[in-house]
Amino acid sequence: MNRYIPLTQEDQKYMLEKIGVKGIDDLFSDIPESIKLNRKLNINDSYSELEVQKLMKRLSNQNNNLDDYTSFLGAGSYDHYIPSVVRHIASRSEFYTSYTPYQPEVSQGTLQYIFEFQSMMAELTGMDVINASMYDGATATAEAAIMAIRVNNRSKVAVSSTIHPETWKVLETYCHFREIKLIKIPEIDGKTDLEDLKLIDSDTAAVIIQSPNFYGVVEDVAPIEKVTHENKSLLIMNVDPISLGIAKSPGEYRADIVVGEGQSLGIPQNFGGPYLGFIGTTEKLMRKMPGRICGLTNDVDGKQGFVLTLQAREQHIRREKATSNICSNQSLCALMAVVYLSVMGREGIVDVAKQCISKANYTMEKLLETNKFKKVYPGPIFKEFVLETALDADKIEKALYEEKIIGPLNISRLKKDKKNQLLFAVTEKRTREEIDKMVDIIKEVH
Amino acid sequence: MKILEGLYYAKSHEWLRIEDGEAYIGISDFAQHELGDIVFVDLPSVGDEFDAQDSFGAVESVKAANDVYMPVSGVILEVNEILEESPELINEDAYENWIIKIRIKDKSDIEVLMTALQYEEHIQEEE
Amino acid sequence: MKNYNQLMIDLSKKGRKAYALPDNDVDVKPLDDYLPKELQRTTKPYLPEVYEVDVIRHYTNLSNKNYGVDTGFYPLGSCTMKYNPKINEDMASLDGFTKLHPYQNENTVQGSLALLYDLGQKLSEITGMDGFSLQPAAGAQGELTGLMIIKKYHEDRNDIKRRKIIVPDSSHGTNPASVTAVGYDIIEIKSDKNGGVDMEALQAVLNEETAGLMLTNPSTLGLFEKNIVEISRLVHEAGGLVYYDGANMNAIMGITRPGDMGFDIVHLNLHKTFTTPHGGGGPGAGPVGVRADLVDYLPYPTVEKKEDTYYWDHNRPKSIGRIMGFYGQFGVLVRAYTYILTMGAEGLKRVSEAAVLNANYLQSQLKEHFKLPIDTICKHEFVLSGTGGISKYRTLDMAKRMLDYGIHPPTIYFPLIIDEAMMIEPTETETLETLDRFIDIMLKIKKEGEENPELLRNAPITTVVRRLDEVKAARKPIVKWSRE
Repeated sequence: MNRYIPLTQEDQKYMLEKIGVKGIDDLFSDIPESIKLNRKLNINDSYSELEVQKLMKRLSNQNNNLDDYTSFLGAGSYDHYIPSVVRHIASRSEFYTSYTPYQPEVSQGTLQYIFEFQSMMAELTGMDVINASMYDGATATAEAAIMAIRVNNRSKVAVSSTIHPETWKVLETYCHFREIKLIKIPEIDGKTDLEDLKLIDSDTAAVIIQSPNFYGVVEDVAPIEKVTHENKSLLIMNVDPISLGIAKSPGEYRADIVVGEGQSLGIPQNFGGPYLGFIGTTEKLMRKMPGRICGLTNDVDGKQGFVLTLQAREQHIRREKATSNICSNQSLCALMAVVYLSVMGREGIVDVAKQCISKANYTMEKLLETNKFKKVYPGPIFKEFVLETALDADKIEKALYEEKIIGPLNISRLKKDKKNQLLFAVTEKRTREEIDKMVDIIKEVH
Repeated sequence: MKILEGLYYAKSHEWLRIEDGEAYIGISDFAQHELGDIVFVDLPSVGDEFDAQDSFGAVESVKAANDVYMPVSGVILEVNEILEESPELINEDAYENWIIKIRIKDKSDIEVLMTALQYEEHIQEEE
Repeated sequence: MKNYNQLMIDLSKKGRKAYALPDNDVDVKPLDDYLPKELQRTTKPYLPEVYEVDVIRHYTNLSNKNYGVDTGFYPLGSCTMKYNPKINEDMASLDGFTKLHPYQNENTVQGSLALLYDLGQKLSEITGMDGFSLQPAAGAQGELTGLMIIKKYHEDRNDIKRRKIIVPDSSHGTNPASVTAVGYDIIEIKSDKNGGVDMEALQAVLNEETAGLMLTNPSTLGLFEKNIVEISRLVHEAGGLVYYDGANMNAIMGITRPGDMGFDIVHLNLHKTFTTPHGGGGPGAGPVGVRADLVDYLPYPTVEKKEDTYYWDHNRPKSIGRIMGFYGQFGVLVRAYTYILTMGAEGLKRVSEAAVLNANYLQSQLKEHFKLPIDTICKHEFVLSGTGGISKYRTLDMAKRMLDYGIHPPTIYFPLIIDEAMMIEPTETETLETLDRFIDIMLKIKKEGEENPELLRNAPITTVVRRLDEVKAARKPIVKWSRE
């Protein structure tokens, strides 16, 4: 007897009789003998709960987690403060054991938090509408490129070279198979090269800019917006939502589509997932946007309520003509984000952003003072920055690791042509003591 | 269900009305009835060119989204922008509320379209 | 608290706060020194200002307006709404799994890599495939990945005229939508009278343009495709690949395997078969498995093992490419792995046996009273025609009335090929008593419908809201709160 399967021998006998068959095997008689397994699966036997706990803890203990280590590693996944409230709400099984809210009368909880997620993200990004979420920031960016092609029927998408290299790779995959041409806008000094905006022309469906970009630099999007819209192309901005506490929002830049990774909004780093992609747009393009959207309405008695809306765009109705094949959202991660944003609120989101920018700048200055580093990208930074060093990157990593610090990313790992460049991430969680200690250790590396 | 005399009809349930050498296109009363409450009409842009049978837009209800097709080839001269705000007008009167106005490129396209009587038979067959 | 009806923003009052950051202990300069004025936002985002108790009460009240598997019976066909074991949640929230950066040095994450490697091995054995990618974030992305593999396979052989994917008319909407997403065209073939693939229709469309066939087995009608071996053979003979949509794997674990049926590519829905929670719509996970000669096409990176050390393999020149920013939904994979450890080989087989027994029991008891379009032994689910031609009320009305009886209704109006469809999947984690109660409710609703159809058409009446105006929501969408 298994603790998740309540079937007793007595039940089984009774049910088989009612069905009118002799044994369980008769229920599988429609499966041809030639393809029956007729042996036990060659996987583990079952373990008791205590044994499973022990096995899993042994595995998890083979990892060095960020409770024991101080992290200066970012590049798309960040060690931000997660209020306790977030885990408690996300652990409510009324939320996590429910399905997609297709029966709105018994899903008002899910629908309302999605509505609130859409509202808060729209406020943060300055956009008219944000959907119920996408798989992650990279796939949301690819979906935005495809959406742009659908909007203006042009043949190519231009992407700044300063975008996260793995986002570029995902774009490449999606666009290759969809037969969309991608072109790269070169970079200069760690920013999109404004001289090369001439690459944008009347065949360009959209221009994709990430800010803060992969190097941590906050891009000046205004000149890019100008050229993009002059060519009647769409401006797609990939943003870090935490930066929007202080940085000019995509809405203020008149972006047509906004995307990004929402992991920073209260979601654990989880070795890369599940995370929270988001996508949003203008009212004009709302019906071209992929994914779920929740809307406010009322019931037959006039009482306020929420439903999934604009569903005629989606795969379950529109099939091969749907805006995307996506048929889920990262609902539970959106719940974490909306609780996080409720906790931080109007002031907190600004405080977090200010702490990030001041601590990152402090760290950069301290590292430069050691004379072992050179600043290669002059632009303003937010919570990450790149420094070049003559030191051996592996030695730095090792020295820091011995002192329980997970050091910066060696960019050559993701961009082969960038040698001796390290990408440091400094969130509000880092203290002066931690930063000074990291700098002191690096000072001693030769 | 209403089928208006004097219009041309396509198998995909669009109607076409010729007026001073230009043509208005909409969907039939049958089509609006099948769709139910229309919530959105996706309109093309003025100046767009289409061949006969090309999809020029879509009409959406809560439970369905149907492409609408050009009964004949042509250039868009005007779109009925009122439908952006009030798509339900098509439910109220499918023939009064045209979707696009076009200049027909090839008049011979009209020959394959159905008369009101033929269209009525076509609907009966489909059902 | 059913009447709780406030938005988070309504609770806001200037000066309240729910967060506590440490003081900023580094030397702070004015913001303008860090970020030029023209790159700064001009107004603060309109977010709520509340204190911690507001947040907890608000979202707790919202949770009370939700129905989940932990609330009660959820026989939603094709969705496999079974119990989500609590130990899965505990294991997935261990610090050693949640507090890991995806770019950490491989030496520091050997436990996670070992888990991923072993999970891939187990899923390969369960499905009869030779290699797995655990990256796809959901079933739909699994389909997309599988179709990309099909396209790359044909591209590499320079067989580029193959651009058509065949799907049965009973297929889920994601199948055709995924086909479009890889730039292929769809050919829909009709089902035969038993809901299976119509062999003649299949043969008629197979040719040198066939890229592949997508199929679920058991089908969306809950019936095992008996001709599966022949179907695979025909598609292969025509030069196409056969793709298995694993939505219905819960019916056949340990009994038969897609690999043995002749499928080349498989995706699984871990949130269905392997008990990871649906989360109100996600995150799920849709790992993709392939036969040996397609392993090189899997998305990179894959987890490999050399002696006793695990590592990421990025150097895969034939790969379709990268499909996720990092490595997929790791936390979901931890839950599925925990479940497989708990169940073991025999446990998984028992899952399928019990799921199929429960479905057949319900079918046998309900078919006396409702129209069962295809009367045969079913697998893990079956499809009734809810109203069976009675026009006083619709299947939708029955579903809504079910809410008044406190259970979640089955899937309705899918598959599209059954009129007024009602698709019932009880799963293995429900008791005989629950199934009997469901039968009683179905009969009661039928009786109510005959005597007083108005009651059904007005249902539900006991829920926190009643039927919602979807037309209004779609005509003038209100998708965020207003600033007033």
